[in-house]
Amino acid sequence: MFEKLLNMNRQIVFILVVLAVIIPMLLNIRLPLAVSEPTQKLYDYIDELPSESTIMIAFDYGPSSFAEPEPMAEAVMKHCFDKGIKVVGLTLDPEAVTLADNVMQKIAEEKGAINGIDYVLLGYREGPIQVILGMGVEIASVFESDYTGTPLSDIPMMADITNYDQIDLLLDLAAGTSIDAWITFANTKYGLKIGAGVTGVIVSEMYPYLQTGQLVGLLSGFLGAAEYEKLIDTPGKGIAGINTVSFVHLLVVGLVVLGNIAFFIQQRKEQG
Amino acid sequence: MEVFGIWIAAFLTLCIYSFLYRDNPFYRFAEHLFVGMTVGYGIARSIHQGFIPLAWTPLWAAIIGESPAGYFKLIPICIGLLFFARLSSRHSWLVSYPIAILIGFGSGAMIPNAFQAYIFEQTRGTIEPFGSIHAGTLSGWEIFEAVLMIVGVVCTLTYFFFSAEHRGPVKWISKVGIAFLMIGFGSAFGNTVMGRVALLIQRVDFLINDWIGSISALF
Repeated sequence: MFEKLLNMNRQIVFILVVLAVIIPMLLNIRLPLAVSEPTQKLYDYIDELPSESTIMIAFDYGPSSFAEPEPMAEAVMKHCFDKGIKVVGLTLDPEAVTLADNVMQKIAEEKGAINGIDYVLLGYREGPIQVILGMGVEIASVFESDYTGTPLSDIPMMADITNYDQIDLLLDLAAGTSIDAWITFANTKYGLKIGAGVTGVIVSEMYPYLQTGQLVGLLSGFLGAAEYEKLIDTPGKGIAGINTVSFVHLLVVGLVVLGNIAFFIQQRKEQG
Repeated sequence: MEVFGIWIAAFLTLCIYSFLYRDNPFYRFAEHLFVGMTVGYGIARSIHQGFIPLAWTPLWAAIIGESPAGYFKLIPICIGLLFFARLSSRHSWLVSYPIAILIGFGSGAMIPNAFQAYIFEQTRGTIEPFGSIHAGTLSGWEIFEAVLMIVGVVCTLTYFFFSAEHRGPVKWISKVGIAFLMIGFGSAFGNTVMGRVALLIQRVDFLINDWIGSISALF
């Protein structure tokens, strides 16, 4: 039996994972969720900002990784629009422009926010270092117009926003190493406050920045999105996703434990 | 039209997941399509966001006499064109110039800020809690965290210190460093599983709600 378990066909594992995803999704199972300190810090920072403040959101993820950052973007933008905080969107990833446009329009429509007054999407420009450094001097020198081609001088909410001095927080929603660039050039050189929302794959690398205060807060994958949705009391894709993730984690842990037990029993049998 | 897009997306999603059974032509087709489209999209966007507004438009404005300052763009354009010198074995040495400029800019912009962000700030973050211990503002748990962190940093750095032979106390310190590294890798692995499962969940959600939803909408 244990030999069979050790030589189990990998397709069976795939089927079990798919079932662990589909069943909780269809049954809409809800598990208890506690808010972690990094998420709470980011929420508190944004919540304490006065109305008419400005947050810059960098949508640094592509179609192959948007499953985790997008629920974060939705939750944070809902919070911002509810509080009257203006949102400036941009991206350092050429694949992200359409995704950013879709999510900004969707949340703006839901919250009644107006393009050019409550939010604006600047779009994408080549060269991440030049873009980050250039905006520290003058945003219009990098983005002379927004994503739709409207000159920044014709956008009401950009009238008082020249550079990072008028930005209260940069939130980088990332699936790669863009946060390193934002910290190195925007935080270190210009003192811009930075928060991050990252995919699970890179979150472990972000904790040193959180400990030193280089990040004001951190959202970690689906979990971070779910926690933020809980804080703003608006369940969305994050909470739905984290429940399913929990079941898959249970399955993975179960298989790891079972595999190890089978391995040791098999080894003892061979020795005995 | 939207339903058509959903069906194409669903077909390509299933093509990619068919690899879980075994390698097959459907998977190969979707894989090559994805790579080709990503490269094509990247090139087109670079032309529209980079070449046209930053090089062509100002240069053309200078040529037609609207803004003579646009001729200055010839300097970076010519330096950029030197990259193509690689295509000729006789002139390939010219490629050193744009590479030197890029490395010079990168180093100049990066080194002072990177030192500050990665070395000084991280060192400060590791040592600072001990100042708070001295001031008596940390709780017992926070003191434990600060001590654990400095032990972890010293032990892990010792593991990567190859100028002394790993024998005696150095060996044991580096072994503790390995334990810290393993904990770090375990955390990264757990988070990676969460990230990968998130991608699967998003696709399953799309297949169940959008694709199957579009089938039921047809009838």
